[in-house]
Formats: sequence, structure tokens, C-alpha cells
Amino acid sequence: MRVKPRFKDVATVRSGLKKENYLADDGIAGVVYLADRLGKPVLIEGPAGTGKTQLAKSVAELTGARLIRLQCYEGLDESKALYEWNYKKQLLRIQADKKSDSWSEVHDDIFSEEFLLTRPLLEAITSEEPVVLLIDEVDRVEVETEALLLEILSEYQVSIPELGTITAKQIPLVFLTSNNTRELSEALKRRCLYLHVDYPDLEREKEIVLTKVPDISENLADQIARIVRSIRQLDLKKAPSVSETLDWARTLMILGIETIDEKEAKETLHILLKYQTDIAKAAKELSVTK
Amino acid sequence: MPVLDLMSGFIAELRNAGLPVSLTENLDAMEAVKVIPIEDRDAFKYALGATLVKNNAHWRVFETIFEVYFSLRGPEYEINQENQPDDFWREMQDQMDQVKGQGEGKGSGGGMDSLTPEEIAAMLMRALMNGDQAMMRALAKQSVQRFAGMEPGRPVGGTYYLYRTLRNLDLDNMLQKLMDANREMSKQELTSLEERLEKDEFESRIEQFKQEVEAEIRRRLVADRGAEAMAKTLRKPLPEDVEFMHASRDEMQSLKKALYPLTRKLAARLARKRRHGRKGPLDFRNTVRHSLSYGGVPADPKFRYPRPAKPELMVVADISGSVAAFARFTLMFVYAIQNQFSKVRSFVFIDGIDEVTKFFKSTEDIGEAINRVNTEADVVWVDGHSDYGHAFEVFFERYGKDINSKTTILLLGDARNNYHAAQSWVVKEMRKRARHVYWLNPEPKSYWNTGDSIVGEYGAHTDGVFECRNLRQLEGFVENLA
Repeated sequence: MRVKPRFKDVATVRSGLKKENYLADDGIAGVVYLADRLGKPVLIEGPAGTGKTQLAKSVAELTGARLIRLQCYEGLDESKALYEWNYKKQLLRIQADKKSDSWSEVHDDIFSEEFLLTRPLLEAITSEEPVVLLIDEVDRVEVETEALLLEILSEYQVSIPELGTITAKQIPLVFLTSNNTRELSEALKRRCLYLHVDYPDLEREKEIVLTKVPDISENLADQIARIVRSIRQLDLKKAPSVSETLDWARTLMILGIETIDEKEAKETLHILLKYQTDIAKAAKELSVTK
Repeated sequence: MPVLDLMSGFIAELRNAGLPVSLTENLDAMEAVKVIPIEDRDAFKYALGATLVKNNAHWRVFETIFEVYFSLRGPEYEINQENQPDDFWREMQDQMDQVKGQGEGKGSGGGMDSLTPEEIAAMLMRALMNGDQAMMRALAKQSVQRFAGMEPGRPVGGTYYLYRTLRNLDLDNMLQKLMDANREMSKQELTSLEERLEKDEFESRIEQFKQEVEAEIRRRLVADRGAEAMAKTLRKPLPEDVEFMHASRDEMQSLKKALYPLTRKLAARLARKRRHGRKGPLDFRNTVRHSLSYGGVPADPKFRYPRPAKPELMVVADISGSVAAFARFTLMFVYAIQNQFSKVRSFVFIDGIDEVTKFFKSTEDIGEAINRVNTEADVVWVDGHSDYGHAFEVFFERYGKDINSKTTILLLGDARNNYHAAQSWVVKEMRKRARHVYWLNPEPKSYWNTGDSIVGEYGAHTDGVFECRNLRQLEGFVENLA
């Protein structure tokens, strides 16, 4: 089932993602490349708002694959993640020709693929065209539910008692994201490549601002990135994420500000920071004269 | 050494450092190495990281070990400078000429070795000013070679060489010099915001340079002593295994960083546990009431869901010098998950005792509250040496009436009483009134009841004494408590 690799080398991944407006660093590009080569899922962890979900979307666009997304939540179960039998249709089938068929025929018939409702995981491996499977916020499901994922993650197959085992027609690229609200099980981690996406460094953040916010001047982007870096160094309840940086940049654009001075920075801090104590602390720190 | 041998040594060292590397992960790493060439060092590092390290808190440890094992690989990491690409050399030559004053053109040989220390310092300042990475790296190499005074076989740790190198470069004043130079260069006056940003920028560059120097020293040490011996001297405990009582300042920082995500996870886990508690016994009345809609058949049995009351917590902590760090962390930990308790009150003592709950009430910032505890709490009665007996007595006198059957009391300390009277009857009385009394001791179990430690005497009257030397043990205890 070995398919030909999607990417030539790490540099191709990086430049490709850049074309999709996703600026990857060496680590991100390297792991995506490795995931393709080894045919392994990627577990992405990191603070909220650093582009974990976006990475999967961008890779899907880059490879021209369909994105199948499974949003995890507490109480997610088999029938919503894997597959479900279409009871109503089965019932109709039984009632439709009561006389003609023998029991054994009906019995075999109602447990065929026609009566199977595919859910995201099954859909991802039965799909003919290339897909990228995104399992979002996997830390939200219970530990027991994680077990549902194990078979598909290591073997790329799903076992249905009535039908047998369905094996993937092509190996999809799988991304799992986690906000790290709980420790994932060893079994899950072992099957995945691990990627920690942290806040970007100065240069990368500046570039992200430049690509994502239209018409922003280089000077302003530079200033924004530097202020955000300084703020992140403070001991805060919640450090500003990349998406908050972008919101801030857009706000400054709308306000028509070309260079940020202390006053404007303080007035718009509430876009970057969401806790009153954090805002007070940052405002105090930014105005310190040494 | 072939890559395979290197890898197995590397993985063995990761395990020695406490990283849980499984066999499958080991195999994955081998697979990964096949598709990523070892020459591309960054990609190689991330490939190994992605397959072997599944917890971000372990990344720093991984990085250090990686440096030790693979630092001698790859052309740009050669110790000799001879292999530098030509154009790089030419550029450096130009820079040197500029520094030395125009026109004094030097021969192409010699390289940096002929520079005076002042010139090196000037070049470093220039490189830091412009953020010139390649130059900074070259200067790091040069200054280690020149100032560290490394001799093969000398049994001295890397920190000593680092100290010697940095002292010679006078990095402490470098920030100030850079700021001054920057102020001169810019035409108009800098606003305080701009100044602050510049300062952060320079600080990060200086930090980067320090890391270059450190890496260079490490490379040389590895070349001298071999990777395995070096890895052994560098081995550091993971953040969750650092002992509270012996943590260095750096370790304290990493402990603090590890604390927040840990408490968040714990709170999520506890909340979940509370919600999904086991089903209780049959609720007879409710079942009968619902059976009416089925014509009297109890088709839908109803159960009582136990709603365990959140415990009320009283933390009584010794904050004298030896165990201060432990008390601080436990208080931080408890307050970070305080919504798992119905009420938290905290008391600190040395030989006198004071309630500090108000510091935590008045602010959301736990760190600030802890600072106020350290500076404002009135805990000295006579001489500022721990006196558990007196502190407990006063505690009981003042707050004993507030202890009720919902209260859980945590006593924190090493029970080193300086041979004062133990007054262990107080603990006995506490236990009679409270739901539970626990004692957390940051000392290793083997030290208990030695010297002036009387933890056994107090412990006899509590529901349990627990060894709490590191974050892992503390987390385990708190999870069972809530």
C-alpha cells in the first residue's frame, strides 16, 4: 500500500506551506515531511491560538486533499466518530418485501455497506481521493474514548463486527491537536509523531503579521512583533497568542496608527490580553523608563 | 562512530535522564533517521524530537543530550576554523579591517588569532548591535579558545569555563554600552517604550551569544572527554523530579513554569472525576414516582448520585529558611486549584503564626500574594527559629474553634523543632475536630526522625505523613485530597 511520497524534501514542505500563507519553522516543516514519509499521524500540542488547526488546513490545501474534520468533545462515542448502522433504512428494507426474501438473505443484506452511515474516521480511510484527517482537540474526549482512535492511527483500518475489517485505500495524513488540558494516554502518544507548536520567534511573528494583515507597513509589523515579544516575557496568566497579535494589528490598522507610542499601546492592550491583572501588569511594565 | 552506535548511546542516555522512551519510539527514530540526512542538523534534531520526546517539558533535557551526542557532526560545527567558506572569511576580514581602522590591511592568514582582546570586544559589540549571527558564532568560538583556558583532561565543569569566558568579555556591562551607543546613533530622543523594546532586543541577542559560548564549550568538552562522560556530568532531573529543598535558581524558574500547566490539568481531571462520580444506591422514592407513568412498573430505576462535598482546607506551613521553597510551592499549588475546595485558609509560621488568607483574597495574582506572604506575614515570635510546638499552640488557641468536621488540615514542614517542646497534643486535638489531618514533609524519608526532626511524634496523631520532595509527589497527594 506504499504510496509515493507527497513531498520531495523538507524545503518543499516549507515553501509549499508558505504559498498557502502558513509560515512554518524548521520544526513544523520537518515533522510534516516525516509524517508523510513514515506514514504516521502527527500529534500537535501547544498554547491556544498558535495555528495548530490551521496547519492541518494548510497542508490539506497544499496537497490538494479533502479535509475531514472530527471535532472532539466530552461524550463523543463510536457512533459519532466511526460509524453507525442506519436503523431506519434497515427497518424499511425488512418491511419492504416481507414475503419474497428468506430470513438469511435479509440478514446478510441489512448489514451491508449500503446501510452503513460513515462518520469522519471511517470516511477518511474509505475515501478514494486523498484526504487529510484532522482530529481536533483530542484532549477533550475521555481516556476510554481515546481507545477508539488507536486502531485507525496505527493500522489505518476500522473493524466492524458485522462487516469485517475495512482497510484504508490510501494512507491519509492525520493531524491530532491538543490544548494540553490533560495528559494523553501513552498508547496514543506512542503511535504519533509529536510536534509542539510554540509562540513564534520575532522574525516569524513579524512575517505572519505581514502576510495575514493586508497593507500593513513593515515598520508597524516590526514594532508589533517586538512589543508582543516583550509582553510574552512577563509573567502573565495568559500570554497573547498569534491570533490575538493579528487582531491587534488589524485594530491598529483600522485606527490608522502608523507608529505605536506608549499611549496607544496602553489603550489597545485589552485586545492582546484578556485578564485585568495582566493588562495592568503589562501597562506598568511597558512604561518603565530605565 | 557509526550512526547506529551513536543512536543507541543517545537513546540510552535519554532513558537515564528519565525520559520514557519506548521500544516502538526507538524504532520510529531509526526509521526517521533513514529519511533525514544527519548533515541537516536542525531537521535531524526535530526528527529525533518528534519521535522520541512526547512531552514538551522534556524538550530542554533532550536538547542538551542531543548537543552532547551530535555536536561534533556536520561541517559547520567543526572545531577548526580552517574549513570556513571563503566568502565568509573575506567578509569577516572586511569587518576586522573596519574595526582596526581603515587601510591597515592584514595578510589573509592569521585569522582572528592576532586580534587584541579590545578588538574582540569591539567586534562583539558591533555584531550584537547589528544582530549578525555568523559573526556572533565566530566570536563565540574565538573567545572560548582564547579566554576559557581549557586544558585537556582537567576535571573542571563547563560552568567554570563559561564564567571565565564571559568575565573576560565583560558582558555585564555590554547591555549598558549597547544602549548608550544606540541612543547616540538614533537622531531623535527615544520614547520610553522604544527604549524598553531596544533593551529587550539586545538582551535576547546577548542571551543568544551566551548560548553560543556555552555550546562551544560543550563541544570542546565532548571532544576531550567523549559523549558519554559528558552526558553524565550534564544530567539534570526533569522539572517534576527536582527536589524543592535543593532547587537552584534556574530549577526554581522551570518549576514555576511547570506548575501552571500541571495545576490546570489537575483541575480538569478533578472536575471530571466529580461529574462522573460512581452511581449511588437506588433512590426508592424517585423510582416509584417515575413508575407511575409505566402503570406502576418500576421500568426506569433512579439512583442517588453522590455529590461529594468539596473539602474545606486549612494549610499550615512552616516558612523558615530550609523549607520555605516547599511551602511556597504548596501554597501556589493549592491556590491554583482553589475552586476544587469550598474554602481555603492559609497560615504560615516560624515560631509565631499568622493567617495569610487575606493576601490571596485581595489579588488574582498568586505570585504577588506569595511575595506578600514572605515580606508582610508576622511569623517571628522570639528568635526566628522554627518552633512547631508554640506555633501549633497559638494556632489552636486562635483558630481552633473554626475547625469542624468538614475541615481538612494540611501541616507542611520538616518538623525540625530545634529541640523545643513538641506540644503534640495540639495535633491530636485537631484531629478530633477535623475531618482529616495530613502532614507533608519535603525531606527524604530516610532523614525523618533524625537529629531534631520529630515528625514521628506529630505523625502518630495525623491521618498520614507523606513524603513530598518534588512536584510529582505533590501532585499525586493533592489529587487524592480533592
